[in-house]
Amino acid sequence: MTEFTPFASLAGGMLIGLSAVLMMFWEGRVAGISGIAGRLLPPYRDKALPSRLGFVIGLVAAPAVMMVLTGSAAEQTVSSSIPLMAAAGLLVGFGSIWGNGCTSGHGVCGLSRLSTRSFVATGIFMFTAFVTLFLARHVMGG
Amino acid sequence: MSFVVNVALGLLFGIGLVVSGMADPAKVLNFLDLFGTWDPSLAFVMSGAVLVAFIGYRLVWARGRPVASGGFHLPARNDIDTRVIVGPAIFGIGWGLGGFCPGPALTSLGLGAAGTLAFVPAMMLGMWAARLLAEARAQARSA
Repeated sequence: MTEFTPFASLAGGMLIGLSAVLMMFWEGRVAGISGIAGRLLPPYRDKALPSRLGFVIGLVAAPAVMMVLTGSAAEQTVSSSIPLMAAAGLLVGFGSIWGNGCTSGHGVCGLSRLSTRSFVATGIFMFTAFVTLFLARHVMGG
Repeated sequence: MSFVVNVALGLLFGIGLVVSGMADPAKVLNFLDLFGTWDPSLAFVMSGAVLVAFIGYRLVWARGRPVASGGFHLPARNDIDTRVIVGPAIFGIGWGLGGFCPGPALTSLGLGAAGTLAFVPAMMLGMWAARLLAEARAQARSA
């Protein structure tokens, strides 16, 4: 069980949306995390590496900054199965680049741009994620 | 300058992930668990983000051009090809297994969970493999 947090989740979502808007304001680009993270490795096709590196550094530093601000560490429960998490990481990495976006690029930014392509992508990853979890938790009983 | 601005943007995004609860894979997995311990929080995160971005994007576009670039670089394609079906299908399977998508996984690095430390390098490898495969296919097509 996790606690349903409508207000914190709505507020946090709005901060994510604000970051995406400021990214469009400054860089003129969508804030797609898979696009940003996936281009940290070569080959480099443009000169945006410092911007991408900066964004990922900010992303990684966020829990530490939150801890300074609030005095409490972010709580999380991550599966301790290394093979499962490594396999999940491979699928998430490959799939997000192959489909040109993940939850942020297609989900947040694409839906906000009313992109048909992103609506299709978001519907598909939501569906396969629901089915995967259903099979893992209720059929195989993981 | 853009480096510093992007550190701030990444920080804001990451704080949003932590505040919203999305840095916790258990919350994401429970959102996906419609027929079990369902936690609707993720729908509120998406609603808040899309609401702000939907309005904010239009205000920014009305200005004509971004601050640090001559023009907007929006994803040009809006067609449905096999990649935009196969890619998200694969991504969703991984998301449903681990409860991590790329943003929350990176934000969780410093929290140091063993699962995260296995997930992130594998994710970077998967991203790299997809890019190299896509480039090799594009070259084969143009050759």
